[in-house]
Amino acid sequence: MKRVIEGDVQSLRARKFLMWLFVISSFMFFAALTSGFIVYTGGSAERGIKIVLPQIFKFSTGAIILSSITMYRAYWAAKRLDFTQEKRYLVFTILLGILFFAFQLLAWHTLIEEGVYFVNYNASQSFIYVFTGAHLLHIILGIFFLTYTLLGCIKNIPHNHNLFRLEVTSIFWHFIDILWIYLYVFLLLGQ
Amino acid sequence: MASAVKLDHAVSGHHHDHDHGHHKETFITKYIFSQDHKMIAKQFLITGIIMAVIAMILSVLFRLQLGWPDKSFPILETFLGKWAEGGRIKPDFFLALVTIHGTMMVFFVLTAGLSGTFSNLLIPLQIGARDMASPFLNMLSYWLFFLACAIMLGSFFTQTGPASAGWTVYPPLSALPKAIPGSGIGMTLWLISMTSFVASALIGGLNYISTILNMRTRGMDLWKMPLTIWALFLTAILGVLTFPVLVAAVVLLIFDRSFGTSFYLSEIVVAGQTLPNQGGSPILWQHLFWFLGHPEVYIVIMPALGITSEVIAVNSRKPIFGYHAMVYSLIGITVLSFIVWGHHMFVTGMNPFLGGVFMITTLIIAVPSAVKTFNYLATLWRGNIRFTPAMLFAIGLVSFFISGGLTGIFLGNSVLDINLHDTYFVVAHFHLVMGSAAIFGMLCGVYHWFPKLFGRMMDEKLAYLHFWLTFAGAYLVFFPMHFMGLDGVPRRYYAFTEFEFMKEWLTVNEFVSWAAIVAALAQVAFLYNFFHSIFYGKKATPNPWHANTLEWTTPVEHLHGNWPGEIPAVYRWPYDYSKPGHEEDFIQQTTPFSQTMSSNLLHDFEGNMEAERIQLDWEAKHKHEMSTRV
Repeated sequence: MKRVIEGDVQSLRARKFLMWLFVISSFMFFAALTSGFIVYTGGSAERGIKIVLPQIFKFSTGAIILSSITMYRAYWAAKRLDFTQEKRYLVFTILLGILFFAFQLLAWHTLIEEGVYFVNYNASQSFIYVFTGAHLLHIILGIFFLTYTLLGCIKNIPHNHNLFRLEVTSIFWHFIDILWIYLYVFLLLGQ
Repeated sequence: MASAVKLDHAVSGHHHDHDHGHHKETFITKYIFSQDHKMIAKQFLITGIIMAVIAMILSVLFRLQLGWPDKSFPILETFLGKWAEGGRIKPDFFLALVTIHGTMMVFFVLTAGLSGTFSNLLIPLQIGARDMASPFLNMLSYWLFFLACAIMLGSFFTQTGPASAGWTVYPPLSALPKAIPGSGIGMTLWLISMTSFVASALIGGLNYISTILNMRTRGMDLWKMPLTIWALFLTAILGVLTFPVLVAAVVLLIFDRSFGTSFYLSEIVVAGQTLPNQGGSPILWQHLFWFLGHPEVYIVIMPALGITSEVIAVNSRKPIFGYHAMVYSLIGITVLSFIVWGHHMFVTGMNPFLGGVFMITTLIIAVPSAVKTFNYLATLWRGNIRFTPAMLFAIGLVSFFISGGLTGIFLGNSVLDINLHDTYFVVAHFHLVMGSAAIFGMLCGVYHWFPKLFGRMMDEKLAYLHFWLTFAGAYLVFFPMHFMGLDGVPRRYYAFTEFEFMKEWLTVNEFVSWAAIVAALAQVAFLYNFFHSIFYGKKATPNPWHANTLEWTTPVEHLHGNWPGEIPAVYRWPYDYSKPGHEEDFIQQTTPFSQTMSSNLLHDFEGNMEAERIQLDWEAKHKHEMSTRV
C-alpha cells in the first residue's frame, strides 16, 4: 500500500512539473512574438503602434488581477478543506475570466472603430491583435482547466487529486495573468 | 468529518488506479492507442523508418534529374503522371521533392524518429521508472506525429503538389499562393502538418524532461545517468525552448497567406500585378525561423551523440573518456546553439559587426564539438574493441562528424560565407555533419537496442553489408559536392545544362547519382534485416552486449511497468567496464560496492569516510590474495 501511494505522489509531482514546463514553452512563444515585434518595428520609422491603446485594456487588467486573487482564495480554501468556499471562489474566477474575455473583445471593437484593422500595412498594429488573440486562446484553455477543477470538486474526487488539479490550474492561471501584464506593459512601452 | 471520508475515498482511489495496469489489454489498447512507453517507442521507430524510406525515394528521384538532366525515364510518368510528363521530372515538382525530402528527413526522421524512439525507449528504462510522467500525453505525442506525417504525405495527392519553397519555407515564396504551384494548398498542408508536428514534439519534450527530473530510481543522481539520458534530456530542453518560436513564425505566416496581413510581405509584383501587401519584413521570418532552425540541428545530432557515447563505451569495454567533459560539452552546445542563428543570414544585408558576433559564437561551438570527438577517440584508444554492427555505425558517426564539422569552420566565417552561401558546399556540409552523422547514430541505436525493443537479435552479416555500402555511399555522394560548391554551383537548381560554367560538373553529378542509388539499394539489406528479425531473429538474452545500464536488468519479454518486482536501486555510474580487480569486464549499475570489494577504488566512494575505512580494512585483510592476483 505504501509503495502505491509513493508511486502516486511521484507521478502527481512529475505531472505538476509538466505544467511548469508548459508555462516555459508558452512563455517562449510570446517571447518570440514580442521579439518579432521589436525586430519588425525597429526596421523602419514608418512602423510602430502609433495610436493610444483602448482604455478598456485597463478594465481587463483589473479583471484578470482580481481573478488571480480569487484563484488564490480558492486554493487556500481547499488547503483548509473548506470545499464550499473553494467552489465559490472557483466560480468567481471563471466569471472574471469570462469578463476579461469580453473586455478584450470590446477592446478589439474600439480598435476597429478607430480604423486600426488587423489587416494593416503597418504590421506593428496587426501585432496588437496577434498578442491579444494568442493570449485569449490561453484564457480559453485556462477557463477549461478551471471548469475541470470545479467539476472534480463537485464530484468529490479524492482530496489529493483535487488539490493537484487546483495547483496545476492555479500555476497556469497566475501565469496567464502575469503574461497579460507583460504584454500590456510591452504594448504601452511601444505606443 | 468530511475530510475523513474524503481521505478514505482517496485510498481506495489509489488502489483502483494501481489495479488498472493489470486489466486485460485489447488489440487496440496494446498496439494502437498504447500508453506503454516501449510500444510508443516502436511506433515512433517504425513510422520514422517508413518516413525515411519515402524521403530517400524522393532524393533518388531528384538525383535522377540531376544526374541525367536530358534523359527521359518513361517509368517516372507511369508513377508520377503529369509531374513527369515525357518521363522527365518537371521543375516545379523538382522543387517539391527537395522541399519535402528536407522537411521529412529533418523533422520526421531525425527529430521524431530519433528522439521520439530513443527517448521513449530509454528514458524510463535507463533511469529506472515504470513509465513516463504522463503516459496519456505520450500517446498523444505519437498520434500528433502520425497526423503530421499523414498530412504531409497527403499533400502529394493535391492538384498543385506539395510545398516547394525549400524546407526553410522563406516568404515571399511561401507566403504567396500564386508564386509557385507548391505555395498553394501544398504549402497550407505543410503548415498544418508542421503545427501538428510541433505540438507532438513539445508534448513529448515536456514529458521527457519531467520524467528525467522527477522519476529516477533510488541512487540515480544526475551524475550517475548514462550519457544517452543526458543527451536526450538536453535535446528535450532545446525543443521546449525553440519549437514555440517556430509556432510564432508559422502563425504570422498563416495570417499573411490567408488573412492578407503584411508581416513578411512588402512591395511585390507578381506577373505584372502589384500586390496590396505593404511594409512587411521577409527578414523577420528568417530571424524567427533560424532561432528554431539552428537549435533544431542540435536536436537532431545530440541524441545521436548520446547513443554513440554509450555504444562506444560498451563495445570498447572501457569507461567513456571524460564523462563530465562529455556532459559539459553537451550543455555547452545547448547554450551556444541559441546565439548562433545569424550565421544562416550573413548575406541578408546584416550589419557586418553583428555578422562578426555571430561568427565568433559559431566558431566557439567547435570547442565542445571537438571535446566530444577527442573523447570518442580516446575511449577507442587501446580499448578491447568489439566490432558489432552498432559499434561500426558509432565509429561511422564519429567519422562523419569530423569530416562534416571541419567544413563548418569555413561556413561559419562571415566573409567566406559570401562565396559559399547557398552552394553545394553547404549541402555537403550539413548532409555529412547532421544528416549522415545523425542517421548513423539512429541506425547505431537500432542495432544496439533491437534486442531490447523486440527481444530478438538482428543478423550481423546483413548488418555489415548495410554498414559498408552506406558508409562508402554517403562519402561518395557528399564528398564531391564540396568541390562543386567551391566552384560556385548553387543548390536547388533544376538542371546544370543551362549554365556554361556548371556543365563540367555534369559527369560528377552522374557519379553522385549512381552512388546515391547504390546507397539507397543498400537500405534494402537493413529493411529486410529489421522486419525479418522482428519475427524470426535469434532470441536475445537479457544482456547480450554485457552492458551496465539499467535497461538490461529488465526481462526480455516486455512487462507493463518494466520490472516484475521492485525497481532496482543504483549504486554506481554506468561506465565500470574492465575495472581492474573484478573478474568480469563489466559491473552493472545495480551491483553495490559491497559485492565488488576486490575492484573498488577509494574515489568510488565520493568522500564517504566510513566506506573508505571498510574498504581499507578489507584490503588489509586480503592483502595476500590481492597481490597474487596482480
